[in-house]
Amino acid sequence: MPEEPRQELESTWVVVPLYQEVTVVGDVVRRLGRHFPRVVCVDDGSSDGSAEAAGEAGAVVVVHPLNLGQGAALQTGLDYVLRDPATEHVVTFDADGQHQVEDALAMVRRLRSGEADVVLGSRFLDGRTSLPRARRAALRLATLHARASTGLAVTDTHNGLRAMNRRVAEGLRLTQSRMAHASQILEQVADMDVVHVEHPVHVLYTDYSRHKGQSLWNSVNIVTESLFR
Amino acid sequence: MIKLVLLAAITLTAAVLVRGRRGVRHQALRRIALVLFAAGAALSLFFPLTWTWAADALGVGRGTDLLVYLLIVAFLGTVATSFVRFQELQHQVTVLARRLALDSAPAPSRDAEPAVPPHPVEDPAGPRTRAS
Repeated sequence: MPEEPRQELESTWVVVPLYQEVTVVGDVVRRLGRHFPRVVCVDDGSSDGSAEAAGEAGAVVVVHPLNLGQGAALQTGLDYVLRDPATEHVVTFDADGQHQVEDALAMVRRLRSGEADVVLGSRFLDGRTSLPRARRAALRLATLHARASTGLAVTDTHNGLRAMNRRVAEGLRLTQSRMAHASQILEQVADMDVVHVEHPVHVLYTDYSRHKGQSLWNSVNIVTESLFR
Repeated sequence: MIKLVLLAAITLTAAVLVRGRRGVRHQALRRIALVLFAAGAALSLFFPLTWTWAADALGVGRGTDLLVYLLIVAFLGTVATSFVRFQELQHQVTVLARRLALDSAPAPSRDAEPAVPPHPVEDPAGPRTRAS
């Protein structure tokens, strides 16, 4: 894969919502930092020292004084990077190490080519991601729901790896603090009249992320959260 | 008859849920309702048969049954209002905390390397000794 010079990515910010990931976030930030010069971690009130670990690894850290949920952390991160007038592209990237930096780079490249305004990662477009059956079922359910409510033909709605240009980032107003923000992002993208594409990404399921990730129960929560707002 | 009354009460509760209410009028109505409630409670001490009479008029078996129905509706209303209130409160907390987080974060400036935490400015003259 062609190596981007870091200066080319000076106008790209990576937003990493962070909650209780002290064992992996340092590594994630360092891997990002090899390519992306600008990484901001939004620590969502972690009590395990995640914020310090991210800061030591070289990220800018914005700290929520209390736990507000991933949607709120994402919105804080977007607000932060939009304060930088030079920001052109924004990548959202999970802190738990399940995303690949190479995928993020490829997605930014697609943005830079002008192909789309927002590039959404999907783990179902190629065979790289192998995931447990229950997880797959939960994601299918969530995707069906999001498709029905947004009208966007997407294949993986709950994927934290996304890349967008400034216009899309400015248009997002996430009010769903908890997990339902994923479908809220899609709803707002659908309303924005911008070009969106999906990009095949590899989601790495380690024992660690399996232990932490969303369960089938959580998809029930997601659906109820998006019903009662 | 009682079905109509209960249905109306439940619809009212749902309306509260849908449109978040705010303002002077709502507060005044709530206070009037509270006064009426207190008056009703006091009166029913002296005229306990009123409930039986009201129950008869509405086609409910006994006064106690009527009270149970009303209690359930009132409880539903409490749940609804506190849900709305809780959501509002949570939204406010979120806005406040996010603002706090952003204000205490370093500015994403171009000239300074953001990875380096700001160092305390050192006095170029070195530590000052107190003049005696």
